[in-house]
Amino acid sequence: MARHGVTVLRVVRAVVGHADADDAWSETFLAALKAYPRLPADANVEAWLVTIAHRKALDITRTASRRAVPIADPPDSPARERADTHDLDLDAAVGALPPKQRQAVAYHYLAGLPYSEIALILDSSVVAARRAAADGIATLRRTYPMTSQGNANDRN
Amino acid sequence: MTAINLTEHFPVDPDHLKRLHARLERAAQSGDLLDIAYRTVDSAVGPLLLAATPLGLLRVAFANEGHDSVLQNLSARISPRILEAPTRLDPVARQLEEFFTGRRHSFEVALDWSLSQGFRRTVLEHLNTDIGYGTTTSYAALAGLSGSPKAVRAVGTACATNPIPIVVPCHRVIRSDGTVGAYRGGPAAKRVLLDLERH
Repeated sequence: MARHGVTVLRVVRAVVGHADADDAWSETFLAALKAYPRLPADANVEAWLVTIAHRKALDITRTASRRAVPIADPPDSPARERADTHDLDLDAAVGALPPKQRQAVAYHYLAGLPYSEIALILDSSVVAARRAAADGIATLRRTYPMTSQGNANDRN
Repeated sequence: MTAINLTEHFPVDPDHLKRLHARLERAAQSGDLLDIAYRTVDSAVGPLLLAATPLGLLRVAFANEGHDSVLQNLSARISPRILEAPTRLDPVARQLEEFFTGRRHSFEVALDWSLSQGFRRTVLEHLNTDIGYGTTTSYAALAGLSGSPKAVRAVGTACATNPIPIVVPCHRVIRSDGTVGAYRGGPAAKRVLLDLERH
């Protein structure tokens, strides 16, 4: 289960943003440990973990929207000194996507799930899941220009 | 449309993930959700997988056993609540290091015998208490110690399936003709352990 840690972290970073990602990650794996004995032996563990992460992310987003007025991090806040250097432009671009598109992009392009699984997680049709991911990626290509020839290395 | 590798745009710092795992380990432990903790250590006989329950050391596995398949087997037989959680294994990891540098001749760790039943367990418990560092015994002698002098083949099986090798010293059981015989970690690993204890 733990070898999916990297994937789940990428997914929650995309879905809830860096600030809440660590909590979403921890809550996902704690919930998974609790529920693990009931998981059928032939289940797709990664899809199952992403499903849990999806629900935890919804909880966190709901709680966050009830919190006080959101303010941007001041330039010298500790949040900007995280261990991971991350591209704030990408965060902003992903964060600006409508939730369904952001989720579909994360579950397909970061977790590698097939649209049949994503449709179950998003409670939508396979066609709608595929469309949400395609629309999200199309927007990202505009708002966060990833290199056009599929070579993304020069961005890192 | 060109293929997109979005994961490259989401780099994950291994140290950050390690800290998250440590936090999860503590939370799981206090929530009674960590049935099996595991880690790997390097040794003179290659990387070893160590797995422990709250009762004690459950499994030591050599690389040739395939650590992934060993973990899958533990998940099916004992509990799927398995986490890479080094803290629980710190004492045995330290003692193994001392053992491999010749500074330790016996292990002081609690053992979880859940993977051994019946006669096999009897054999391994005798092996654990009766055959000291630097000595060897034969399968026939161990059969006698275990109360079934004729069960030499069964003793061989018990040793070959020892779930806690090195700590429970099945490497000290050799063939009556003096050759080292089979070993879960391969005959070369057995040779290394016997040579280590001769110095």
